[in-house]
Amino acid sequence: MKVGVVVFPGSNCDHDTYHALKHVCGQEAQFVWHKDSDLRGLDAVVLPGGFAYGDYLRTGAIARFSPVMRAVTEFAGQGGTVLGICNGFQILQEAGLLPGAMLRNRTVKFLSQPVHVRVERDDTAATAGISVGTVLTMPIAHGEGNFYVADDELERLEQAGQVVFRYTTKDGRLSDEANPNGSLHAIAGVCNRERNVVGLMPHPERASEPELGSADGRRILEALVASLVRA
Amino acid sequence: MARARVYVTLKKSVFDPQGKTIHDALLSLGYSGVTDVRQGKFFEVELDGLPAEKARATAEEIARKVLSNPVIESFRVEVEG
Repeated sequence: MKVGVVVFPGSNCDHDTYHALKHVCGQEAQFVWHKDSDLRGLDAVVLPGGFAYGDYLRTGAIARFSPVMRAVTEFAGQGGTVLGICNGFQILQEAGLLPGAMLRNRTVKFLSQPVHVRVERDDTAATAGISVGTVLTMPIAHGEGNFYVADDELERLEQAGQVVFRYTTKDGRLSDEANPNGSLHAIAGVCNRERNVVGLMPHPERASEPELGSADGRRILEALVASLVRA
Repeated sequence: MARARVYVTLKKSVFDPQGKTIHDALLSLGYSGVTDVRQGKFFEVELDGLPAEKARATAEEIARKVLSNPVIESFRVEVEG
């Protein structure tokens, strides 16, 4: 399996993501420059975390106009697997590939801390094979992760099963204290209707080896790989 | 030369954590009459070689496609010149 890791000016989790995919998961990984517009030969594309284009204007607002995003949109439209992590998730929202938008955290603080998220769906490209209800521990590091979408659209997302991860307590219970940023319905990750594009705010690559304090994130990266093997 | 002023604001239904923080600060400074603060963005866009009507259409397109995110924000455009 060959996974592309997109590098925008301002990406800062690109090398961690590459390392986790290549050296931890043992997959063929390669960087894709934001000016590239050719994704041929790739089985999946990951948009890593960081501050693409300095997060100027809005998070992801400028990055979505990069040449590579036209290619990613086309790739996703053909059923290609796309994972957006943190800033990558925000870019996918701005590009219209994933629903909702991120508001400033309700605390107005940048949050860098471990969180617990509950897997809500096992039928997406990033969670296939992970039982619904599984609680994963991974770090978040963001200033804008407060998931927002209009009420009617929120209802539609829930009905369509597009909520993939929710912030919970360690034992998988929803509580206001366990929701770090004020996201509606404690949403930490969503997918598109076709379930091949997934975005989440926590960083699986930063929790992919026991030395990092948690290896839970590896399960997401492995699920990504497994979904490609099946495809 | 036409100049467009674009005001981007969070929709009324959207909670504004920054505006709330500013509001709280104003109250703590003693401005007890302040009942709400909403933070937004302001852009001045200079457009060359376009008649006013076309300049407005272009500025509105820019505001819609780039300067605002329709999920959370609305915008208003003023054109002069």
